[in-house]
Amino acid sequence: MTPIRFSPSSLKEGRWYEYLIRFGLGGAATVFTGLVSSRYGASVGGLFLALPAIFCASATLIEKHEIRRKEKAGLGGGRRGQTAAALDAAGASLGAIGMVAFAVVFWMVVQSSIAIAFIGASLAWLMVSVAAWFLRGQMRWSRQARISEKNSGSATSRSR
Amino acid sequence: MTEYVVRFLVGGVVVSAFAMLGDLLHPKSFAGLFGAAPSVALTTLGIAVYQHGADYAALQSQAMVAGGVALAIYSVVVCHLLVRTRLRAAPATLLSLIVWLIAAFGLLTLAGGQT
Repeated sequence: MTPIRFSPSSLKEGRWYEYLIRFGLGGAATVFTGLVSSRYGASVGGLFLALPAIFCASATLIEKHEIRRKEKAGLGGGRRGQTAAALDAAGASLGAIGMVAFAVVFWMVVQSSIAIAFIGASLAWLMVSVAAWFLRGQMRWSRQARISEKNSGSATSRSR
Repeated sequence: MTEYVVRFLVGGVVVSAFAMLGDLLHPKSFAGLFGAAPSVALTTLGIAVYQHGADYAALQSQAMVAGGVALAIYSVVVCHLLVRTRLRAAPATLLSLIVWLIAAFGLLTLAGGQT
């Protein structure tokens, strides 16, 4: 399984206006959720707490960075960019499971203690997301191991 | 008006912080977890608790469960569109918003949410 690592140099790949776009989108999504809640009520507003507005910007930026990196190396990076964005989407699907855990914990606890609801829900998001990511990694790793074992087994029987 | 300025600034800062944390992390699939971070939720629920109280925030988080399930479906659809149809990230993520809307409102209606 690929180890998790910090890469501060990744921040240098971003342009100032890309960070500004993210800031603007984040602010706009929060304002939009507030407007929906006040116009259509808490339930409909609550749905928009999981609106993937930020994800659209993030996936597009990841694709751009990957293309830029490949073009610097003199290669066409279109396909590589799409793969990087697809991997980000795969990760987001696991993060979404964590988001459901966040919502459930917050919903269950907020009427008892507001502070514990925020802390507990955030921890639930982090733990469930990371656990889902590790589980998916383990499943992929064991599947690949089974396939390579099967392939080496059939190669051995053919050589006999 | 002041409320919406505060929402914009706090929302922008929290979302940017989560997004930058995602930028710093590798591999990409792990960084993607931060693409589905509850950044807008933290800000909005904080303001909801302050303005309307815990009951209102509980109702919002209850509906957020449907939004979260819709987000998981959305992310899988985006992933498949990028891999299978070779669409670029911007059209794939924007087109899939239709899937998110249908899934989110469908689940909320099924759960008997107050639409």
